Amino acid sequence: MTITTRRRTPSDFSLGRESTASRAVSLWIPLGLFLTFTLLPFYWMIVYAFREEGGTLPLPFPFTFEHLETVWNDLNFSTYFANSTLVAVSTLVFTVVLSLLAGYAMSRYDFKGKAPFMLVLLATQFIPGAMLLIPLFIIFRQFELIDSLVALVIADTVFQLPLCAILMANFMRNIPIELEEAAWIDGCGRVRGFLAVVLPLLRPAIVAVGSFAFIGAWNNFLFALMFINSNDRFTLPVGLNSTIGEYSADYGALAAGGIVAAIPVVIVFAIVQRFLVQGVSAGAVKG
Amino acid sequence: MTTQALAVSPRRRRRLAGPYLLIAPAVVLIAAFIAYPVGTVVYYSFFQYSASKPWATRFIGLENYRVMLFEDPKFWETLGITAAWVVAEVSLQLVFGLALALILNRAFRGRGLARALMFAPWAISGVLATQIWLLIYNPSTGIADVLTQLGAQSQFAPLASAAGAFWGAVLAEVWRGIPFFAILILADMQSIPREMYEAADVDGANRFQQFAFITLPYLRDAIIITTLLRAVWEFNNVDLIYTLTGGGPAGATTTLPLYVVEEAVGSRNFGYGSALTIAGFLILLVFSILYLQFGRASRREAKA
Repeated sequence: MTITTRRRTPSDFSLGRESTASRAVSLWIPLGLFLTFTLLPFYWMIVYAFREEGGTLPLPFPFTFEHLETVWNDLNFSTYFANSTLVAVSTLVFTVVLSLLAGYAMSRYDFKGKAPFMLVLLATQFIPGAMLLIPLFIIFRQFELIDSLVALVIADTVFQLPLCAILMANFMRNIPIELEEAAWIDGCGRVRGFLAVVLPLLRPAIVAVGSFAFIGAWNNFLFALMFINSNDRFTLPVGLNSTIGEYSADYGALAAGGIVAAIPVVIVFAIVQRFLVQGVSAGAVKG
Repeated sequence: MTTQALAVSPRRRRRLAGPYLLIAPAVVLIAAFIAYPVGTVVYYSFFQYSASKPWATRFIGLENYRVMLFEDPKFWETLGITAAWVVAEVSLQLVFGLALALILNRAFRGRGLARALMFAPWAISGVLATQIWLLIYNPSTGIADVLTQLGAQSQFAPLASAAGAFWGAVLAEVWRGIPFFAILILADMQSIPREMYEAADVDGANRFQQFAFITLPYLRDAIIITTLLRAVWEFNNVDLIYTLTGGGPAGATTTLPLYVVEEAVGSRNFGYGSALTIAGFLILLVFSILYLQFGRASRREAKA
């Protein structure tokens, strides 16, 4: 049995020497089990989405795009995809802009009511969307926004905004005020100083906040289920749900529909995942 | 950063309108679409109000609540199912999330990639998780199919029975929820001073002792807050159950919020649905307060 010495890194608390066998038991085997449990369901979906009808191998072989074409063209997933994109991107834009405004106020000003405002932002997290379905439906009906994607953008923005604003304020606090003050001395106003000096430094914050808002809006199911009636305005989660109901025997189509819904989120997740652990301290990760 | 804010504040006081203009959009949105709706739920809960019979709308006082408490066995059933759901979800996600965080906190080759892969289910919607797990639970595409191909005759169809549907939903949601705990606990683990472990090493403490006497006590507050947030979130979480089991078979997986959704989306009984909403809200409020009190008491005990 070999004895290995490893470089000590700050995040590794298992100090000292460790045998290969003990490392296998305490690290590699549990890691493998977790990876299998996490990835196998994804793999299962990929197999069914890209395997020809009647294939029995546990591989996406014989390979085909047929299921993907079916859901995209025949089952209206191209429309759902466009609707979801519209809602998620609009939510992203509104959430980022409004978080920048509120975040700037919270990080750069002392004002009366700041503490209650931040408390309200936190408290909103205890108020679930499911509980507000009925009153929101009644409000949107008064504004004649039922069956409109505008209702979804509003509802999604409202529910993403509080935590995104807190996260943005925390990012901004780490940008020294002196940088802005230098810009003011050079004759910039607050707005120009912000745009020229602070905004470029906030790029990672904007990426993180925007991604959280995008994922939240992209995944929202309940609001779309309640507020949208016509098939042409369905978003992907609602479209996927109705496919589960109507085409439950067409497994290839079901899996391919899942792939369509998953791809944008997986891409955005790949961008944002390195912010996850640090975003958590700001309370940005909920469900 | 606090001192900076204080040092420059006198100049800012002159521009009093500034911060209020900046937070105005957020305040208006939250007031109009969260605070006001919460108020109206209370209001509607005192009415007989069904969207399918708008002409019959009238004030009935506490009648909805009386019916809920004394004449609606489904309310109590859904409450029991909700409790079982929350306890199962939070405890399983905590145990496995903690284990995953311990693994991902160690140094090994490919850790960045492993983290990214393990956290992926966090980004998946409830409906997509349903679609993925349906393939696994379905007798002709899932585990049963694989077993059959291997020669074992299997009738594994978990969603057909009450217990199977419940645990099937629990497993799918645990799959989606482990990363949340792992991310939060990992963030907190990284703030534990390394000297603690070095000192314990010198004193000859083994790894289990280090975990029990250093890691866990340090994580106590994070675990209390995380489990509370998660309990509230899982209490209200209906996407996955609604799409995977639809509350069935025969109501066996209908939680209280799912009952609200059925009243809202299905029978459009807004008055009674609002009363159920208020009940859920009060239960969560009382539970949160008690839980935090319990957490505070246990901390005092630990310090004493």
